[in-house]
Amino acid sequence: MAVEVRLPTVLRSNAGGASVVSIEGATIGEVLGKLVAEYPGMAGQVLTSDGALHKFVNIYVDDDDVRYLQGLETPVPDGAEVSILPAVAGG
Amino acid sequence: MESGLGAGPGALFASVLDMIGNTPLVDISALSPNPQAHLYIKLEGQNPGGSVKDRVALSLIEDAEKRGILRPGEPGQVLMEPTSGNTGIGLAMVCRVKGYHLKAVMPTNVSVERRQLLELWGAEIIESPGSEGSNGAVRMAQGLAEDHPEWVFLYQYGNPANPRAHYEGTGPEILRDCPTITHFVAGLGTSGTLLGVGRFLREKLGAAVQIWAVEPPAGEMVDGLRNLDDGYIPPIFEDLGGAELLDRKTVVRPRESIEWTRRLTEVGIFAGISSGAALAGAVKCASSLGEDESASIVVVSADGGWKYLSTGAWTDDLDDVTERAKKIIYF
Repeated sequence: MAVEVRLPTVLRSNAGGASVVSIEGATIGEVLGKLVAEYPGMAGQVLTSDGALHKFVNIYVDDDDVRYLQGLETPVPDGAEVSILPAVAGG
Repeated sequence: MESGLGAGPGALFASVLDMIGNTPLVDISALSPNPQAHLYIKLEGQNPGGSVKDRVALSLIEDAEKRGILRPGEPGQVLMEPTSGNTGIGLAMVCRVKGYHLKAVMPTNVSVERRQLLELWGAEIIESPGSEGSNGAVRMAQGLAEDHPEWVFLYQYGNPANPRAHYEGTGPEILRDCPTITHFVAGLGTSGTLLGVGRFLREKLGAAVQIWAVEPPAGEMVDGLRNLDDGYIPPIFEDLGGAELLDRKTVVRPRESIEWTRRLTEVGIFAGISSGAALAGAVKCASSLGEDESASIVVVSADGGWKYLSTGAWTDDLDDVTERAKKIIYF
């Protein structure tokens, strides 16, 4: 099943300028793996070379940060929206 | 006969700095989507500089004085600090009272009121590119600190005196005023509020309290990052085990933030846009509870609404305001 993945500005050039792409996958790990396979320019930016989440990237499934759910094992339900956001500070 | 004067402490303060902290907690359960979930909001806009960051500013400066980095009464001392606004405003106020000079490194895309408040307390603004958001301000400040070792760089993102202000102040106040607290919800900027209050509550209440962080989708809007290596995690968040402390982290988008900022006026509260975001997070929390689960959710309102009047947040068309909010930094 396909889910919509929202890309931040910094990654859009790797996807022909698209702000949203459609990717198949049942878990966040599957979705990100296929995203990087489809858009190789994102390799090393979203996932590290050993397949972990990049330190400066936050991934949300329907607004919830997956680091506080089940990480890469977090399920992505049908119709869910996945957002990728760079880590940015405030204050 | 009653005098008509308010009771309690605080009728006369020796200094405006003594007015920092002890902010009110207000029951806003009327806005809760779940009758089993009570909502309470802590109004940090009641601090004299208008935001939660007054606590941090005072803590950073007094800590530096204790350590001899700043010397009270000695002229010519200069502080430099990156900020998206509120910390700069708090520091400017404290510096004006104590006689230090502040250089605030701040992105260009903050509300005009934030700039004016810094200037009225005599701070100098060094502009960093708006397209790089707060990350750009931090990077520029780090470069300036290397070039100017004579400037005092307190570095709110890496200084334990930031969360300590909340561990010793905000946290105990919350537990005193709401001993039944089950959830604490606050925005994630430097992470100081969440780390300080969160650690205090976790030590006192253990797993009986959940700590929820709310983030704006700032990384989506910041378009000046070259790649994800330009991302930034405040060192205090890593040093103090932020990832282990938080139970949930949720993103709240500008439209929802504005909507909940407006909803707050239904209970008479005029608060800043990040307060709407934090409240939206608290509402998600209330909605996520099980049927038989009751809760006391405390949310922090970081500042009042005054600094955002120029954005038209309460008066203009919601679509227009949402688009405008995407272009300014409100955390």
